[in-house]
Amino acid sequence: MSLSVALRHAFSAFALDIAFEAPAGVTALFGRSGSGKTTVVNALAGLIAVDAGHARVDGDTLFDTRQGVFVPPHLRRIGYVFQEARLFPHMTVRQNLGYGRWFARRHGAEVADTGSVVEMLGIGALLARRPGTLSGGERQRVAIGRALLSGPRLLLMDEPLASLDEARKTEILPYLERLSRETKVPILYVSHSVAEVARLATTVVAIDEGRVVRAGTPSEVLSDPQAVPTLGIRDAGAVVGATVTAHHADGLSELAISGGRLLLPRIAAEQGARVRVRIHAHDIMLSLTPQEGISALNQLPVEIVSLRRGEGPGVVVQLRCGGDRLLARITRRSAEALGLAPGLACHAILKSVAVAQEDVWVEGKDGR
Amino acid sequence: MEYLSPEEWSAVALSLRVSFWATLVSLPLGVLVAMLLARGDFPGKQLLNGIVHLPLILPPVVTGYLLLATFGRRAPVGSFLYDTFGLVFAFRWTGAALAAGVMAFPLMVRAIRLAIEAVDPKLEQAAGTLGASRAMVFATVTLPLILPGIIAGSVLAFAKAMGEFGATITFVSNIPGETQTLPSAIYAFMQVPGGEASAARLVLVSITVAMAALLLSEWVSRLVARRIRGA
Repeated sequence: MSLSVALRHAFSAFALDIAFEAPAGVTALFGRSGSGKTTVVNALAGLIAVDAGHARVDGDTLFDTRQGVFVPPHLRRIGYVFQEARLFPHMTVRQNLGYGRWFARRHGAEVADTGSVVEMLGIGALLARRPGTLSGGERQRVAIGRALLSGPRLLLMDEPLASLDEARKTEILPYLERLSRETKVPILYVSHSVAEVARLATTVVAIDEGRVVRAGTPSEVLSDPQAVPTLGIRDAGAVVGATVTAHHADGLSELAISGGRLLLPRIAAEQGARVRVRIHAHDIMLSLTPQEGISALNQLPVEIVSLRRGEGPGVVVQLRCGGDRLLARITRRSAEALGLAPGLACHAILKSVAVAQEDVWVEGKDGR
Repeated sequence: MEYLSPEEWSAVALSLRVSFWATLVSLPLGVLVAMLLARGDFPGKQLLNGIVHLPLILPPVVTGYLLLATFGRRAPVGSFLYDTFGLVFAFRWTGAALAAGVMAFPLMVRAIRLAIEAVDPKLEQAAGTLGASRAMVFATVTLPLILPGIIAGSVLAFAKAMGEFGATITFVSNIPGETQTLPSAIYAFMQVPGGEASAARLVLVSITVAMAALLLSEWVSRLVARRIRGA
């Protein structure tokens, strides 16, 4: 299953000119508000017609302006989870879930089993209720189920968490992780939250002012200094894969990464579990020599790959750490004082407590 | 019926029949026009809006005159309908129903249009992405959501049709048993000596029917609205 898109569309403020491929898995379309993300998904769903371009799912054309093809929305078999759940208020949860399923079966499409979707999303207790009585998080879960049960070839999710408060987001994220692991339907996930992208995506397409800035795996894109302005300097930071090797009695967990070991606050995962850790660029210090008599527990040998100056007083340094890339954000003054340059070997220092619970997530024992 | 004389009863029965058919036949057209006005974007939309609302602001006698000039036996549309379908409006109860329907149409369209404008088009979009064609979206999402408006519009139209007088008497006159509706009968009874008692009884019937219709519509639309709000 794969999606290929190339489209151009002119707005009064800017022009969208975008092309990308989305393989199976979760492709995050990442960018700030107003960067044209929603236009892309709306074009894929058939809710708007773009000036020029084409989109294909598994070789089937959704639209192609050159060939004059425009498949109407209801024949595209694309599930769409909107920012607001958009549940039908006059139907029960069960009827909402059955809505797309009914059409899909009439068209002879293969549809997921209702029971397993209901179980996966944890909405079994809500079936007889009406949308008006549900919380925001519950509504969004039902909306995801409704889209999944319409037998989609592609699932579009347009900032499904954006309208929820932090507590609700935390409530729903595990379901999304489960969804991305368990469903075979490719997902195009629109977001402007680096945290969500880092957690959910298998491919990231970063767009800015209507153009693709960078595309690749989350580790590649999130550790790319060129993508930092798009991601936002506050949210910059690499994602690395790790294996839990030990839990210590003092409340720390030990993890092996390709370039060394990390001691982090206790991780809720068994020994041997694969996890992903997001390390914020502003949490890393650089030192030319290994430090003694310092409270920070993690010192990783690294090599400087590149330095990128921003507009402010800061520099973003990309580091090679074994097979992984890390990002460090330091001041220009420090970079000059230490004489940092590509190829230089130094040490990345990370406080254990700087890595929060939500920056670590479990991938499962055997990885993806 | 002890309370009403046969003559009075025939006027009440006729009015109920006329209003029923006027409402029923204009309902599909009312929904269509309301959809066009609420969602459509076409040249002449304001003209259509104006024509629909015309009976509301024209003197009813003018509407009656225009109906006669259009649907009379020798008028262009009227003679065509007679020659093709054998359908006669002038001085028949069908004509009374036509007049009542035309006069009630703007009220019906207004109520349904308001209901349509209150439906979030985003819900219809969502239904489309789930595989529903436009017709299915209308049948399964739009129509259930505007049901309270349709009920309110229909009852309003029915009540208006029950009370229609000016256009009806101009178009189809005041023939007992054929075109003498409730208001026409009240008017006729008031013109003859000793008819006051009959007129008063019919006035009472008229008030009762109107009140009953109003209460019924309130009750039904509250019921439907509660279902639709999703509680």
